[in-house]
Amino acid sequence: MPPIISATGLVKNYPGVIAVDNINLAIPQGVCFGLLGPNGAGKTTTIEMLEGILLPTSGSVLYKGEPLDARYREEVGIQFQHTALQEFLTVRETLELFERLYQHTFPIAELIALCALDDILHRDTRKLSGGQRQRLLLALAMINDPELIFLDEPTTGLDPQARRNFWELVTLVKSRNKTIVLTTHYMEEAYALCDEIAIMDKGRIVSQGTPEQLLADHFGDVVLQIPKDDAGSKIFESGLSIAHAADFLEIKTSRLDYTLRQLMDCGANLDRLRIRAWTLDDLFINVTGKSLRP
Amino acid sequence: MMKKFLAVLHARNMEFLRDRSALTWNLAMPFFLVIGLAFTFSGSPRDIYKIGVVGGLDTLARVAPALQATRHLQFIHYDNLDLAIGKVSHQQLDMLVDVSSPPRYWVNTTSPNGYLLERIIWGVEGQRFARQPVEGAEIRYVDWFLPGILGMNMMFSCLFGVGYVMVRYRKNGFLKRLKATPLGALNFLLAQLASRLLLIMGITITVYAGCNLFIDFNMQGSYWDLLLIATLGAVCMISIGLLIAARTASEEFAGGILNSVTWPMMLLSGAWFSLEGTHRWVQQLAQLFPLTHLIDASRAIMNEGATLYQVMPHVLVMAGMSALFLAMGAYIFKWE
Repeated sequence: MPPIISATGLVKNYPGVIAVDNINLAIPQGVCFGLLGPNGAGKTTTIEMLEGILLPTSGSVLYKGEPLDARYREEVGIQFQHTALQEFLTVRETLELFERLYQHTFPIAELIALCALDDILHRDTRKLSGGQRQRLLLALAMINDPELIFLDEPTTGLDPQARRNFWELVTLVKSRNKTIVLTTHYMEEAYALCDEIAIMDKGRIVSQGTPEQLLADHFGDVVLQIPKDDAGSKIFESGLSIAHAADFLEIKTSRLDYTLRQLMDCGANLDRLRIRAWTLDDLFINVTGKSLRP
Repeated sequence: MMKKFLAVLHARNMEFLRDRSALTWNLAMPFFLVIGLAFTFSGSPRDIYKIGVVGGLDTLARVAPALQATRHLQFIHYDNLDLAIGKVSHQQLDMLVDVSSPPRYWVNTTSPNGYLLERIIWGVEGQRFARQPVEGAEIRYVDWFLPGILGMNMMFSCLFGVGYVMVRYRKNGFLKRLKATPLGALNFLLAQLASRLLLIMGITITVYAGCNLFIDFNMQGSYWDLLLIATLGAVCMISIGLLIAARTASEEFAGGILNSVTWPMMLLSGAWFSLEGTHRWVQQLAQLFPLTHLIDASRAIMNEGATLYQVMPHVLVMAGMSALFLAMGAYIFKWE
């Protein structure tokens, strides 16, 4: 499938800083593409160049194979990381304001239902909770029924419940064959929503692919977790690769049978032994050498 | 384009009208000021008598040295005799003397100050000056002051109302959100201009009508002409506000620039006191300010019954400034 949006040789320089360094992307239609990285990795700068909000120092962005033009503004939806709305307007009035800025629009009633805004339609936008506000901002990003939607860290600052509600909403949007470009530093969010991810660090993409493919590519081994109390005193003399994690010891191994025998030889109690799956957090640490969470 | 313009215009109007504190302040402040000043200044005595001089102040010192040496008299040079006679007629000057040959003086027969000055000129210069009586109603201080206070209120509302709002929009990211839509910069700026214009004209008309209930002030000319002048003046000052706020996201910087524009206008546009008698360069500098043209044209219409044709120079200057400032503002405008 041809990409709905692509970037070639994208560079953004600020005085003394290379914020984005030669990024190449091609995002197919209908996928949810995640840009992951810690604060300062260049995610927002990259997404804003893709949105056409920020001009690149060099490189190009193509939408459906064409340079960005006035049509692009009509056909994409954007939810910024930091934004404000016109004050003293209700949710409905805000939706109506943005609806009038576009030629082609999503039916407002349908949008209200989709984003679960019915109960807050007449509320002043300044009085919305974090989750309600993000739902409204997503509705505004979709008001022109865009084919391509940019969501820049949409769940940052939300409580876990509101974050999971927002994921459900994004999943609903995805099911309408929309292409979503999402930046986040929540790994579980990327894993739950994204079909493809790119991990950024220091302005570059350091790894890219489907989450499953990346985990398989980077981790051929498994992690065994055993409570410290059950490990036995001789375990540290066994030659196994052991790391401390809270109340557990984590043993990384590619030879499961051999490792289990070693543990039994050390007198470990295996009743509470668990095998932990590799996560995108592990992947990020593996490819960048640093923790993803700020 | 019109749909987008009306959408932004409506949203901005709603924002202003629902901001009760700002709305109340905009309505109440000029009322309090006009009423307070009317009580304070109407009929208050002046300790300096103003005498217009045609023919040169140097000539006055040679022709009428005793008069020129009399204390508590302020002599103001005029080139235009008809203009100066008009000011005697409206008692903006207490007397006018023409020191070219033969010497003459004009005095308003209904003015107490003119009566006293006539006794003084007879006393110090004898009967050498030929008497030219003039008639006409006095323009009280409140008549003179009202156009100034209305103009000044418009200036503050236009400049700060637009300037600070734009900077706030830019600082909190609302402009960036609009940039992501198909809305164009000129469309957005025109909507802001129209919104503020509607609001300020509504407020000004309300204040004018309200003052009319409490204070019996002069209105000699056409209300339509006055409305046009006020509209042009407001457009011009809103355009300055848009220009000042076209790029910055710093409220401190915008505030500094706005103050550096409003203070000279407030002091030198003739809102509080007449610039007659000040240095020529001050008067020329004042011509650069749209508030000067707004106030001068409004005073001419309200107090002298001037027609639109007579105030056309002010109309043209304000229209030209509006077009220039708006074009510059749109050209340098940044959403972020």
